[in-house]
Amino acid sequence: MKSSSIVFLAAFIALSASWGGFVLAPQLQLGRADQTKTVPAEEKYPLARPGLAQQGAEVYRSLGCVYCHSQQVGQNGVKVEVVLLDAGTNADNTISALAKVNAQLGKPENFIGLPKKLTEVADIGAADSIVKAVTESGGKIEVNVIPTGADISRGWGKRRTVAQDFIYDSVVQPGTRRAGPDLANVGSRLADANWQLRHLYAPQAEIKGSTMPAYRFLFEKRKVGKVTSADALKLTGEFAPPAGFEIVPTDDARALVAYLLSLHAEAPLFESPVTPPPAPAASTNTTIVAVRAEIKNYTASELLSVEGTAK
Amino acid sequence: MTATPPTSPSKIDSSCRLPLFALFGGAAVWLVLSSLFGLAASMTFHKPSMFADCAMFSYGRAYPAWSHLLVYGFAIPSGLGVGLWLLARLGRVELAKPFLIAVGAKLWHLGVLVGLVAISAGQTSGYEWFELPRYAAVILFLAFVLMAIWAFVTYSRRPEKSLYPSQWFVLASLFWFPWILSTAVLLLQFFPVRGVVQVAVAWWFAGNLLNVWLTLSGLAVTFYLLPKLTERPLQSHYLALFVFWTVLIFGSWTGIPMHSPLPAWMSTLSSAATVMMIVPALAIVTIVIKTCCGANKPCGGGPLCYSKFGAWCLVLATFVAAIAACPAVARVTDFTWFTHGHTTLRLYGFFAMTMFGAIYYILPRISGVAICPRRIKGHFWLAMLGALLLALPMIGAGIKQGLKLADANVPFLDTAKAAMMGFRMGTLGELLIAIGSLIFLANILLSIVTYYRAMAKTAYADAIAIQLTGVKP
Repeated sequence: MKSSSIVFLAAFIALSASWGGFVLAPQLQLGRADQTKTVPAEEKYPLARPGLAQQGAEVYRSLGCVYCHSQQVGQNGVKVEVVLLDAGTNADNTISALAKVNAQLGKPENFIGLPKKLTEVADIGAADSIVKAVTESGGKIEVNVIPTGADISRGWGKRRTVAQDFIYDSVVQPGTRRAGPDLANVGSRLADANWQLRHLYAPQAEIKGSTMPAYRFLFEKRKVGKVTSADALKLTGEFAPPAGFEIVPTDDARALVAYLLSLHAEAPLFESPVTPPPAPAASTNTTIVAVRAEIKNYTASELLSVEGTAK
Repeated sequence: MTATPPTSPSKIDSSCRLPLFALFGGAAVWLVLSSLFGLAASMTFHKPSMFADCAMFSYGRAYPAWSHLLVYGFAIPSGLGVGLWLLARLGRVELAKPFLIAVGAKLWHLGVLVGLVAISAGQTSGYEWFELPRYAAVILFLAFVLMAIWAFVTYSRRPEKSLYPSQWFVLASLFWFPWILSTAVLLLQFFPVRGVVQVAVAWWFAGNLLNVWLTLSGLAVTFYLLPKLTERPLQSHYLALFVFWTVLIFGSWTGIPMHSPLPAWMSTLSSAATVMMIVPALAIVTIVIKTCCGANKPCGGGPLCYSKFGAWCLVLATFVAAIAACPAVARVTDFTWFTHGHTTLRLYGFFAMTMFGAIYYILPRISGVAICPRRIKGHFWLAMLGALLLALPMIGAGIKQGLKLADANVPFLDTAKAAMMGFRMGTLGELLIAIGSLIFLANILLSIVTYYRAMAKTAYADAIAIQLTGVKP
């Protein structure tokens, strides 16, 4: 290579190509993604996190939680189950219609003890002929899409995490390492705010042998006044503070827990279907109220009514 | 431009002195600090509650401080310093505006310091390999541009018109960094893009930084030092050109892991590019073997040892990354310590080692002070063992962890504990690296101090002479 202009040309072409591919293209494809509707319930998704949880996201970033915790559930594939709910008024008709689709399905014993799982097929399309046969002969049938994979079996989520789950987050932190468990749905999995606080203060108190570091600097150790504070952690054994002292969460700890409890990424979406849909999680706002209520030893309904009057 | 007569090497070296002292000295200080943070981070795995009352050293802050100091504190300034020297020496021209480059170097170190304070105080940006907040990133950008401008001016003033492969690599690296850094700063920090596009930009940046910038900057040294030290010609320029093109073309598409919330085409493309990086790696193998083979030069723990070891680590890291990019393997290794292992191999094993070799080669030339070969050799063994002990056990631990993660019947805690043996070895490696870095710092500071002491002595003798005789000598 004699001329230096070729060096710059080479570098320019290579870099602008990859810039176009990995910066510009995803921006064009996903940069304007907006709130969508869940399938089939048609609820808005995702909802913006409430204020305290948004502050908590900043605490999550600032503490570098992402170096040990991912927020993306993977799935290997889906299992499609065909469940017969009702054979219809003329069961014989349904039986013969199903037998035409597949001799195995048309056996009369399949029709005892409904609802009953008829079969598993590879994908939703493969279930179409069965659904058609049953509905045309007056029966009721349901097709359930159940994602599979190690993460799902661990209970980390009901479906894989998709781009839509992150559109209201900034900084987006999906994580690349699992020194600790995935947190994409920790708000559904471990929804007890007091447990979360105690776990942050002393992980080993809640999970024996846990490798997670303790975050004692998020709590305040102070002398008990005339009465124990309502939000003092209820710790026992070796983790309990010395007599006359109590452990109280700081604002950062409360915000972080509010954020953790706001992590739900399991709504069934078009690109990542799950049926039957998981039991609807309490709307995030109610969750936050519940968090604050539990910390303050109020019931959620009391706090809601108090906040309602304040407005 | 009129052709100026070639300048003597010693004059070129002395023109590089001021900026290179600033770049190398600072890099050595950051390297020592980085290994201390690395030690603190790895201690968390031995005693989880060790820093429970000290936010600054908690894992989530010590780890980014480690990577920030290693990449922005040590790797980039040392790569820049060596690159500047190569441009001046190969172009047979004195460095343009050494003072301004030294100012740029100081500004860069200031940016690194601001970044470190910010990360320790919890102001981290939250993107891996790009932890510094925007005010620190802007300082780094300005400092880099200031240095790069005078590097280009030096290059354009060169009387030696024919180009040597190392020059392509340095020039491309000078062009690459401001582009990727400005993209990351603008699209992540000033005008953040929406949702997972942030992830795409951050991974694109990290891939280009670790797999392209470091490779370009390190190979510039390898392709210069190997022929110099073995006293044989580079075998061959065409292969080096081939490496240059393939690293640019494939390297710039790496960095996106298979498991991601991004569209599948992106991770597929990135995996393919990571596998294709085997092509330049094989060419590097050929170059190293053909250039060194037959040269009867014992490396004796000197710069040649560092360069060779660095090149082999690059090849190894590239192969390991390529294997892990295959979907069947990625299913096991993604989300584990495996990735950390081969990135460390690239950072310490390849880049840091190559830079140590280059600095030990350049420093005596610019300061006129010889470095004790035993200290260079001692550093070599410590750094080599440290890099291997840090990287290889993590790769093994990652596989073990990944196999357990993939089996939902294994409780999660067991998967986390599967990596424990790797951490124990890794801490030992980190300790060796820390001791090695201290020796490195001592070697550099001794050279600089000895140089200035000699200068002061001469100045003092001159002053006395003037006082006694009244005549300027």
